[in-house]
Amino acid sequence: MLDEEKWTEVISAKRHLLDINLKELWRYRDLIILFVSRDFISTYKQTVLGPIWLFLQPLLTTLTFYIVFTQIAQISTNNIDPILFYLSGITLWNYFSDCLNKTSNTFVSNAGIFGKVYFPRLTTPISIVLSNLIKLGIQLVLLIAVAAYRVIFNGITIEANWTLLMLPLLILILAIMGLGLGIIFSSLTTKYRDLSFLLTFAVQLLMYATPVIYPLNFTSGKLHLLISYNPLTPIMENFRFALFNVGSFDLKGLVYAGAFSLITLAFGIILFNKVEKSFMDTV
Amino acid sequence: MSDTVIKVENLYKQYRLGQVSTGTIAHDINRWFYKVRGKEDPYEMVTGLNTRDIKDNSEYVWALQNINFEVKQGEVLGIIGKNGAGKSTLLKILSKVTSPTRGEIKVKGRIASLLEVGTGFHPELTGRENIFLNGAILGMSKSEIRSKFDEIVAFSGVEKYIDTPVKRYSSGMYVRLAFAVAAHLEPEILIVDEVLAVGDAEFQKKCLGKMKDVSNQGRTVLFVSHNMNALENLCDRILQINKGQSYPIQTDVRRTIQNYLFDDSTIQKHQLILGEKYNNFEFALKKIYLTDLQDNLLEGNCFSPFDDIKINLEGDLNKFDNRLRIGFELKDSNHQTLFFSFNRDIDENLQIDENKNIKFSTIIPKHMLNEGEYKLHPWIDLYHLSNINDSENEFINFTIQGKISNSHYYNKSRPGVIAPLLTWKQSKI
Repeated sequence: MLDEEKWTEVISAKRHLLDINLKELWRYRDLIILFVSRDFISTYKQTVLGPIWLFLQPLLTTLTFYIVFTQIAQISTNNIDPILFYLSGITLWNYFSDCLNKTSNTFVSNAGIFGKVYFPRLTTPISIVLSNLIKLGIQLVLLIAVAAYRVIFNGITIEANWTLLMLPLLILILAIMGLGLGIIFSSLTTKYRDLSFLLTFAVQLLMYATPVIYPLNFTSGKLHLLISYNPLTPIMENFRFALFNVGSFDLKGLVYAGAFSLITLAFGIILFNKVEKSFMDTV
Repeated sequence: MSDTVIKVENLYKQYRLGQVSTGTIAHDINRWFYKVRGKEDPYEMVTGLNTRDIKDNSEYVWALQNINFEVKQGEVLGIIGKNGAGKSTLLKILSKVTSPTRGEIKVKGRIASLLEVGTGFHPELTGRENIFLNGAILGMSKSEIRSKFDEIVAFSGVEKYIDTPVKRYSSGMYVRLAFAVAAHLEPEILIVDEVLAVGDAEFQKKCLGKMKDVSNQGRTVLFVSHNMNALENLCDRILQINKGQSYPIQTDVRRTIQNYLFDDSTIQKHQLILGEKYNNFEFALKKIYLTDLQDNLLEGNCFSPFDDIKINLEGDLNKFDNRLRIGFELKDSNHQTLFFSFNRDIDENLQIDENKNIKFSTIIPKHMLNEGEYKLHPWIDLYHLSNINDSENEFINFTIQGKISNSHYYNKSRPGVIAPLLTWKQSKI
């Protein structure tokens, strides 16, 4: 008799593993956009240089890499202009690592607000990935500007090819992978805080295991095999192929990276969903 | 279809005490192992009761235990309980911030909570930007906020600073703006937790008025507060939570609050028994106690301004003396004497038959004392010549608490020593 009543919501102890409320997430899309603008406004308020930091960061890193790896260690860049080689690698890598690092402490750093109001928790990591996308866009403009400078003033030739059209796909895969790994870590760190220390180290290590500062064909043997299995490798390699037309287009690698990122995201969402209900008790 | 909008059934919430650290993995694995074998969670069996002051050995505690209640549409339900009784835990579960360990809550309609206003306000953003952000966090869409924007700003009363970052706001302005956003949410069910602690009197009035409006519009409000007057004003029913367990919901709001306050003040003496102490005097005072008008002993010592309090002094009249006075002195919490009263005040030539057992009683009428704590010292003497009892150290105490007038705007104690309810008349001149 009572069961005939129309309850709009039932709050109970158990929730189905795959009960993911995407409809609700969509209802909160305005919130995601507001989070993105909040991140953007608040990061650069009261800094003297403001958004110029977005340019300085990759430029200074590129300079460092140029001095250490080209001038001192003399690592080959496949005859690609080293400045552009590093800058292109760093731009994509930074996007991935920022997404991963910032989403990985979603729960811990938002505990204050999560503890008071309910809204779909996934809005937070998604907004992080989106606001970093804006940053990436700006840094890609920088890459084009530097490339134009090198071509015009330093007489370097660049042969970009049609696969550059795939860039949005590459970025999408990176975003999904960063988000997926990030929310897995954020779910686990609510209980096991040790993981956040591990992550800092792991991200650093991962950069060296990804062809960011060296081309893939620079490696050999077992190391080469290992780096080939890194799902980030085909993204870097395909991006450089599109930009500089060196090497070849790696479709198989791209499919592998795409599949990897989707599986990671699915696993991440399931875990995140499970943790978000009760993390307030353990965080 | 009934008009129940919230139904809480067998709700339990377990918390782990102490540090969440090295033991966590071991417990998680153990728990999982039990689950795989289809057994009950081993840690639920060793969970202790929710007692703040008594330490037992269990590592887990039931913050809420077997909570059951229903809330009807349009009702204002007050929730009272001591610190740590589980009020906030219950509200957190209701607002989906955390989930219950067992049991379930069924809800009809959107719940919005003001667990703490200003959640998600970012100090660097302006008032305008924060209205949108905060509104979205609370579940409003951008267009919804836009349509109510002017109303929100007007309610908050901070028009002038709307394009200033909120970090430059005074704390009062901050709360005003935050509450204004929350107040315009228009959910079917509103949860309010102690928002009245901040803000000036004018703004508090505004908030309470808004809550009344909300319930008048047929929406439901759950209201947690330690402000008994606000509770008495706003609530239709009271849910009392004690040590994680709920008492049945009471409709007599005033009585429930009195009982709760009495529970709270166990250190007070509401009865004084002196025994043989004054057997050798003219009048041997044995006992002082309070009753209602029907001579029923008042167990507690917390009364409402709507209660008549009868004061009884019982003892043996050993020898009659026409100078003998029996009475008391009433003091307030600042040790100021309010008044004396004696049995001979009206008839100075009062004769009393010598009688072994005798009771002197008088009534402090309702609507005389203001809210506050009072000490009643028995005072027995022979017309100032000699005091019989030790009036300094013998006393009983009681508290008057609750609103004095039925006005909805009556939220804080009125200043003043007494608070009589006087009759007013109006006439054309």
